[in-house]
Amino acid sequence: MKQYIDFYNSQRSTIEANSATILNKLRKEALDVVSSSQLPKIGGENYEITDLNSIFSPDYGINAKRIDMPVDAALAFRCDVPNMSTWLYFLFNDTFHAGKASGIQLPEGVIIDSLNKVANEQPKLVEKFYGKTATIKNPQVALNTLLAQDGIFIYIPDNTILERPIQLVNILNSQVPLMVNRRLLIAVGDNVQAKLLICDHTQNTSLNYLNNQVIEVSVGRNSTFDLYDLEESSNRTSRVSSLFASQDEGSNLLINSITLLNGITRNDFAIEVNGTNCETHLNGMAIANEQQHIDNHTFISHNTSRCTSNELFKYILDNEAKGAFTGRILVKQGADKIEAYQSNKNLIASDKAKMHTKPQLEIYNDDVKCSHGATIGQLDQNALFYMRTRGISEKEASMLLMQAFMNDIINSVRMDALSDRLKHLVEKRLSGELTLCGDCGAKCPKQ
Amino acid sequence: MLDIKNLHANIDGKEILKGINLVVRPGEVHAIMGPNGSGKSTLSSVLAGNPAFTVTAGTVDFYGKDLLALSPEDRSHEGVFLSFQYPVEIPGVSMVNFMRAAINEKRKYFNEDPLSATEFLKLMREKRAIVELDNKLASRSVNEGFSGGEKKRNEIFQMAVLEPRLSILDETDSGLDIDALRIVAGGVNKLKTENNATIVITHYQRLLDYIKPDFVHVLYKGKIVKTGGPELALELEEKGYDWIKQEEDAR
Repeated sequence: MKQYIDFYNSQRSTIEANSATILNKLRKEALDVVSSSQLPKIGGENYEITDLNSIFSPDYGINAKRIDMPVDAALAFRCDVPNMSTWLYFLFNDTFHAGKASGIQLPEGVIIDSLNKVANEQPKLVEKFYGKTATIKNPQVALNTLLAQDGIFIYIPDNTILERPIQLVNILNSQVPLMVNRRLLIAVGDNVQAKLLICDHTQNTSLNYLNNQVIEVSVGRNSTFDLYDLEESSNRTSRVSSLFASQDEGSNLLINSITLLNGITRNDFAIEVNGTNCETHLNGMAIANEQQHIDNHTFISHNTSRCTSNELFKYILDNEAKGAFTGRILVKQGADKIEAYQSNKNLIASDKAKMHTKPQLEIYNDDVKCSHGATIGQLDQNALFYMRTRGISEKEASMLLMQAFMNDIINSVRMDALSDRLKHLVEKRLSGELTLCGDCGAKCPKQ
Repeated sequence: MLDIKNLHANIDGKEILKGINLVVRPGEVHAIMGPNGSGKSTLSSVLAGNPAFTVTAGTVDFYGKDLLALSPEDRSHEGVFLSFQYPVEIPGVSMVNFMRAAINEKRKYFNEDPLSATEFLKLMREKRAIVELDNKLASRSVNEGFSGGEKKRNEIFQMAVLEPRLSILDETDSGLDIDALRIVAGGVNKLKTENNATIVITHYQRLLDYIKPDFVHVLYKGKIVKTGGPELALELEEKGYDWIKQEEDAR
């Protein structure tokens, strides 16, 4: 961490001069945490396979001066979902760009803009949410807070229904190895219905990148919010993503985290269910081969009564890929009539792939229904043979079985166009055809 | 078409088939009967190429090709079909995708273009009629939640679609009530031509009332110990297998 502290101390005036006061305000506390703590060691309770020290130790460039990078070509990159029109935005590294005007205006009062810009223009509004759901205790979150300069701010006021999804395309692209500290701040009011699709991509893939991002989501009363987070980066991209969400009474939150192509990924999810009668759906899918690494660490805290949570994560690991899943569910004292279900199922397609899975249920209450299950297995040999006797090649039969394995995750997507798209992407991924430029209909810049 | 010579096969080091000899010609129906554990299902698995079994000796010639050298999928393309005693449920894989993959892979093997959607649906409709298979099942996952009768009808439906040269029906009658049995057997008979052949593996004579065999073989302890005409099946029905066991064990 020392390199980051040194960097901050030497660049402090540059960083602060280029950031809004609200963002600067939290840096002192962040510096205290970063200075007084160490990154957790591999092998510890919550980091059994992920080595944050080796992720954070390389010397990356940080664009503290906010130098404009040429973005035109990069922004031509589109992550089209057929039959789905969206309100489209980009984070180019951590710099916000609006997509081409879609023709349809956002409903009144909705703000989707650069975090830094809104923090300058409407500091009171941003201050209400910035750093409020995220805890700064984790060194990686503190580090993000110490260095964050921009990102996206999404504000959806009470009683708003967004008729089409918001799409945020995140692109990593640089001429030198780059570290990005993105900040995604999402404030959903009461009685809102909205969906957000985030697509993470990497360009110029011969370079190493580190994306240390923090996502904060607050969901108001009786609102329904979907967040789909799709990573298709590169095998030299490290992603450390810390998502914090809070739910008020009667809200319905769906998070679906999909890792299709990556290098090293550590996703943390911490969901505080603060209101009664909430529904929480936390799903995830990961497909990894070669030496890819995917670690999803989830925490759902049931703080009040009469709430339901459903958690389902599925992995397919091939070659020497490594996966980990932790599912911690806390039912606090007094939070009765909770139903919490958790399942993690994994397919291992080679002798060298490894999966670590760990359910952790802490229940301080009698009146609850909780279940958890974890399986690690191979493809059903009987089904494979059956299909082969019908003339379906072993490869094709395996593909069909793997796709079928991911069906329930894909079906949990509450947007038909996106679930069709995912089906297609999963098929491409499993057949080895998914590459960065492969199918997005995009003209990527020459690499 | 099929010439099995001195076939030996193991599973987990245990020898199940101990020298099978069998010749099947186009247009023939062979019944293979025998007591439990005699190796009937093993024979069908080995012919279909189940990797769980190891062939230790012998040859199987199918239209001049070394069948044992082919993968299960290529055996299927060459015209070998196995109707499973216990058809496998495949959750999440729809019947439609399953059949489309099966048909198009076979067409690819013979350098033909994939079927168009219209042609495919037309073919499905025609073939479903042969075994009175409900259209609703087509949208479900393969065999998932099918009744015993539906599973067996689904097997014969697949057979109708793939038009094999050699069909091996492994205990197709097990778990069927009399109506389902009639439909399944009726389907098999409709598909019968002078160019294809059928091996019916069964424990009971009952199925042979519907599918008339030309030859009846008795398998015991991994060998064919007796071969006769349809009358042998009736004799077995009447006297059971004990007399054959005694004859053989006395040798």
